[in-house]
Amino acid sequence: MSVLVIAEHDNATLAGVTLSAITAAVQLGDDVRVLVAGHGCRAVAEAAARVQGVGLVRHSEAAHYARPTAEDLAALVTDLAVDFTYVLAPATTFGKNFLPRVAAILDVAMISDLIRIDAPDRFVRPIYAGNAVATVQSMDPIKVISVRATAFDAAPSGATAAPIEVLEAKPHSDLADVLAEQLTQSERPELTAAEIVVAGGRGMGSADGFRLLEAIADRLGAAIGASRAAVDAGYVPNDYQVGQTGKIVAPKLYIAVGISGAIQHLAGMQDSKVVVAINKDEAAPIFQVADYALVADLFQILPELETELSRVLAK
Amino acid sequence: MVLVRRRGPLRERCAAHQLRSRRVRASAERAPTAQRGILMKVLVPVKRVIDYNVKVRVKADGSGVETANVKMSMNPFDELAVEEAIRLKEAGRVESIVAVSIGAPACRETLRTALAMGADRALLVTTEAELQPLDVAKVLKAIVAQETPALVIMGKQAIDDDCNQTGQMLAALLGWGQGTFACGVALAEDSVTVTREIDGGNQTVRLKLPAVVTADLRLNEPRYIKLPSIMKAKQKPLQSMTVQELGVEVAVRLKTLQVSEPPPRRSGVKVSSVAELVDKLRNEVKVL
Ligand SMILES: Cc1cc2nc3c(=O)[nH]c(=O)nc-3n(C[C@H](O)[C@H](O)[C@H](O)COP(=O)(O)OP(=O)(O)OC[C@H]3O[C@@H](n4cnc5c(N)ncnc54)[C@H](O)[C@@H]3O)c2cc1C
Ligand SMILES: Cc1cc2nc3c(=O)[nH]c(=O)nc-3n(C[C@H](O)[C@H](O)[C@H](O)COP(=O)(O)OP(=O)(O)OC[C@H]3O[C@@H](n4cnc5c(N)ncnc54)[C@H](O)[C@@H]3O)c2cc1C
Repeated sequence: MSVLVIAEHDNATLAGVTLSAITAAVQLGDDVRVLVAGHGCRAVAEAAARVQGVGLVRHSEAAHYARPTAEDLAALVTDLAVDFTYVLAPATTFGKNFLPRVAAILDVAMISDLIRIDAPDRFVRPIYAGNAVATVQSMDPIKVISVRATAFDAAPSGATAAPIEVLEAKPHSDLADVLAEQLTQSERPELTAAEIVVAGGRGMGSADGFRLLEAIADRLGAAIGASRAAVDAGYVPNDYQVGQTGKIVAPKLYIAVGISGAIQHLAGMQDSKVVVAINKDEAAPIFQVADYALVADLFQILPELETELSRVLAK
Repeated sequence: MVLVRRRGPLRERCAAHQLRSRRVRASAERAPTAQRGILMKVLVPVKRVIDYNVKVRVKADGSGVETANVKMSMNPFDELAVEEAIRLKEAGRVESIVAVSIGAPACRETLRTALAMGADRALLVTTEAELQPLDVAKVLKAIVAQETPALVIMGKQAIDDDCNQTGQMLAALLGWGQGTFACGVALAEDSVTVTREIDGGNQTVRLKLPAVVTADLRLNEPRYIKLPSIMKAKQKPLQSMTVQELGVEVAVRLKTLQVSEPPPRRSGVKVSSVAELVDKLRNEVKVL
């Protein structure tokens, strides 16, 4: 079975979520090909070629692929897709943007947020903010699937490299133009890839309150996440939001501070291996999913935690 | 019918967008009337879903989730879409707003909510089948052919099935541009500038009109519905038709075989101090 994986990258490095999509691809078929469309992204194509299980990389270069619009990317992918049984992309804002477009042009359904493959035509995906999981069977000749990266390990890179073939770019569509991007600059690990996430909610009280979390994150090399309430209040940028409509994370350790634990928030973090919750309200629903519960005032606890971490981790 | 909505505190909108939209608006205001073009129509699809405050329960036979005697509401993202359309109308850029819902006759209630918020007309497309996003997109395409809106604003995702597909599919079927996950919308004469929430931050795209925009959480803050608006909404036109009458063929492409509960998390323990917590993290679960 042939599988086409659309690589997410920033023209310099292959995103980790792409490696998870490749793992899902390898479970589905033995002929796995990766499309790298970008601008000045040869290094990305070479990195993709070294990923274990990849048989061929198609590399397409154009200025308008630097930050491709869904319109341009869907046009390129749809042409290729007709020769494949599966078309996969990460279930990120990148994949969610263009993949449904591809499915519609191919006149097939799309399977969002794949978390498990049960059979070549049977897939498991979460619904209702993860409060239920559905097993669906696809009747379509081409199966278009977005892959939830937290559900699949990253594919390793090997010593050998698959061939790279050039794919001619398609002309830029005048339906849409990217005018600007404002990306959050951070020295911290990327939220969805971090081993440890410390997340704050409305309880942090202010942007200043989040400084207390930053100090903890610095000690742990952790990424910072947030509830929607904290983002809405302007304490942190929107790309920090964890949840049903934010990012899905599954780190080794998730520390939720001043977060009540609404289902929409839990949807984004309940697959974390170990969950710690710090909240002054004993009845907060977050404690129902926490492995370790600390009922206390965060403004008292966080400085203590920082001191304790610096003491034990320095040893 | 909802009288009062629960809302959080005032939200900060993406600052970059506010700057931009102010600029776009300013230049539009300066343009002579003749160049401003005709006022446009906006189509807003709204879906009836289980209310977001309800803890859903999976049916014992694994066929789906319990919907009997469960509170239903307009999909929260669709409320944002309706609100945005109304704001564009209030800003004098839009002439009329048509809300459309596809599903059981009970979707009327959802449409009445949209009308009470400020939509002008409503269309109910009834079907017995549970439509999948591609089918919904095909129905919406047929509606677009009838109504010829310049803009479709809809939710980015329905909170029941969480697909996040329909808007993109509709744009593809129409051959239109799409602005997904919008936190800001600025309408010009023949284009719309959309600020999008993407994983790394924000992205601004300009789309040729007609176009499809899908709403993200921080697009706006939907208004409270007042009692007089509910009364007035009862007088507004609500037209009903069937999927068959629209000539749309639907197909089951994805069969739901089973719906089950996710594995529960084992319950944890209370710790009494920071020292105990750090000790457990280091020595019990070894994550530090
Ligand atoms: C369609 C839709 C989608 C949504 N998507 C998301 C999403 O993706 N992600 C998300 O997070 N939310 C989402 N939400 C919002 C969600 O329903 C909740 O409103 C939100 O998660 C609440 O955030 P919070 O826990 O920070 O705030 P609150 O619920 O206000 O909780 C604050 C907590 O802080 C505690 N606290 C306060 N002060 C202190 C202190 N000094 N010390 C210790 N504890 C303290 C309180 O006890 C309380 O438990 C969505 C909602 C809707 C309707
Ligand atoms: C447990 C479960 C089992 C199901 N089983 C089946 C099955 O076996 N067979 C089957 O055919 N279907 C089934 N369905 C229904 C179907 O899968 C979903 O309703 C459909 O996929 C729509 O997905 P979505 O609403 O998440 O789309 P999204 O793409 O997330 O919706 C985005 C936006 O599209 C618009 N929109 C979507 N639907 C409508 C609508 N009806 N009217 C107006 N606007 C709309 C709204 O603006 C919405 O915000 C099932 C659903 C569930 C929850």
